Amino acid sequence: MKIHEYQAKEILKKFNIPIQDGVVVDTADAVEAAIDQVSTTLNANQYVIKAQVHAGGRGKGGGVKFSSSKEKAIENAKNILGMTLITPQTGAEGQLVRKIMIAEALDIAKEYYVAITLDRAQGKNVIMASTEGGMEIEEVAEHSPEKIIRVWVEPAHGLQGFQARYIAFKLGLEGDQFKQFIKLLGNLYNCFIKTDASIVEVNPLVVTEQGNVIALDAKFNFDSNALYRHPDVVEMRDIHEENPTEVEASKFNLNYIKLDGNVGCMVNGAGLAMATMDIIKLQGGEPANFLDVGGGANVETVKNGFRIILSDPNVKAVLINIFGGIVRCDRVANGIIQAVKELDLKVPVVVRLEGTNAELAKQLLSESGVAIIPASGLADAAEKVVAAAKGAKN
Amino acid sequence: MSILINKNSRIIVQGITGKEGSFHAEQCLEYGNNVVGGVTPGKGGQTALDGKVPVFDTCHDAREKAGANVSLIFVPPAFAADAIKEAADAGIEVIVCITEGIPVADMIDAYDYVKKTKSRLIGPNCPGLLTPNEAKVGIMPGFIARKGSIGVISKSGTLTYEAVSQLVAQGLGQSTCVGIGGDPVIGTKMKDLLQMFQDDPETEAIVMIGEIGGSMEIEAADYAKAHITKPVVGFIAGQTAPPGRRMGHAGAIVSGADESAAAKMAYMKKCGITVVDSPADIGATVKKVLKK
Repeated sequence: MKIHEYQAKEILKKFNIPIQDGVVVDTADAVEAAIDQVSTTLNANQYVIKAQVHAGGRGKGGGVKFSSSKEKAIENAKNILGMTLITPQTGAEGQLVRKIMIAEALDIAKEYYVAITLDRAQGKNVIMASTEGGMEIEEVAEHSPEKIIRVWVEPAHGLQGFQARYIAFKLGLEGDQFKQFIKLLGNLYNCFIKTDASIVEVNPLVVTEQGNVIALDAKFNFDSNALYRHPDVVEMRDIHEENPTEVEASKFNLNYIKLDGNVGCMVNGAGLAMATMDIIKLQGGEPANFLDVGGGANVETVKNGFRIILSDPNVKAVLINIFGGIVRCDRVANGIIQAVKELDLKVPVVVRLEGTNAELAKQLLSESGVAIIPASGLADAAEKVVAAAKGAKN
Repeated sequence: MSILINKNSRIIVQGITGKEGSFHAEQCLEYGNNVVGGVTPGKGGQTALDGKVPVFDTCHDAREKAGANVSLIFVPPAFAADAIKEAADAGIEVIVCITEGIPVADMIDAYDYVKKTKSRLIGPNCPGLLTPNEAKVGIMPGFIARKGSIGVISKSGTLTYEAVSQLVAQGLGQSTCVGIGGDPVIGTKMKDLLQMFQDDPETEAIVMIGEIGGSMEIEAADYAKAHITKPVVGFIAGQTAPPGRRMGHAGAIVSGADESAAAKMAYMKKCGITVVDSPADIGATVKKVLKK
């Protein structure tokens, strides 16, 4: 689960990590008072207006603006609030800016990068740091990988003092900044562990002209399996940032991701669902979605699955691909028959059922008289659904 | 022969009195396994599966009194990591954890714990193990598999069944099928299993099914190039998956490897693995490489 910058900073603050502070507003009317508040409480006379959306690359899309005066800040704030921000991560449709952070502008002397995440290959958390802060870290990784420092934390022991010092020395920090950084890194690791984060990324971490080490921006992602122990984090969820159909699907325990094609698919299991999308593409079609109905494919899940797939007007044909292990295919067949009858489907439906009770299921489908196209095998199913999508009338 | 489990495995089910646990324990028993007991703390002394197997309070009891050497875990996510550690501490040799949804931090700890013992962990969030006609330790539908000489390694559940059924359609049986699980931290990786199948005299070829994300397939491909002489047929699901709508960038630079399906497939080919583009061609391709 992702959160906004201002929420990330609230969490950092709780763990005694110095942040670039500010005030969050969601209406144009509140802008001026907020700027005055930043001016008085933070002793600022220059400001940064920052769009609060989950997607990265906000600066590139015009969602972050330095403002040298109160007047300029008001103008920038009113422009950014309510704009549709398009960044490399939002896709072409962009993301509506519902909230902005009016932050104090800092005099930056140097920018760094610090992140903590899991290294799957090692099964340990890794701290990554770089002197190349404020840039796209992937580019640093690609062009000058030696500039990324990596330190792995032993799960049974936690972050050690010598490890923090190693990173600080490698970053070239000295004197008071060295001390501030060591303290900050310890707090950041503690924060990462205590919140069950899957990623915490501070980019940039800055040293100001005044010599303070401060988190200028912060991104978090949280382990969804651990959210049950963090109700305070769950409250930070902003469903405006999520695709409405995907949110709807999650209510029925369906894992749905919308894509751009016209062949809808309903599959049990994520791996088989991806493989089904792949073979649709290989047959010359384009998948309209990823949909994993999970282990409990019954009448209700099949019906809800159909509703969600068909809420996308691009869908011209649907492929149901179920490999029954625990799931019994005859039950799935009954679900399909009932759903097709009740929902009055306008698009052709290709059905491939394999595994437990598959023969019985095929018999049920053919005896029911519902207009479905039976398929046997993965290749046959993909071929038939792609042909059906191409032949469908608009 | 086979790997990890066979007809002599003495199996316990941790969480046997739960709904999932009792259902699947019954299925395993029906497959002909030696299910020698179950573990549910506080229910020691009772029996499960209509009196067919004894229930113990601890894995240590199950090991001592019933000679258990394989454990199958169906404990709920909040307690599953503890169950894994208990099994390892009791000296259970093969621990198969089916549970889905274990917090990553708990698994980092459990993985570290198990690593320091002699136990081997499979999963979590996996369909488990199946050695056809001998033992089923997990939730795979036993009837789709046949005894034979193909080793199957897979990240996903139903896609494993798909591959197994294609193999059977080609007249090819399996030595052992292993679902390793799709979680970020898992006990046994692809390259470990490649070596086990290499060492198993019964296995003639290996099927390796991966997915986008992570760098396990890349590590396995490197390993195969250096150490594996048996033919390996690979598939990567997710060629059409949209590029990750992720936010932080840190995840992408950890391994330094390109985690897309195309990059993984190209790398695997370079390492001498026969990679199929279509998931429908897995069985036929194995048949082809065996003829060579």
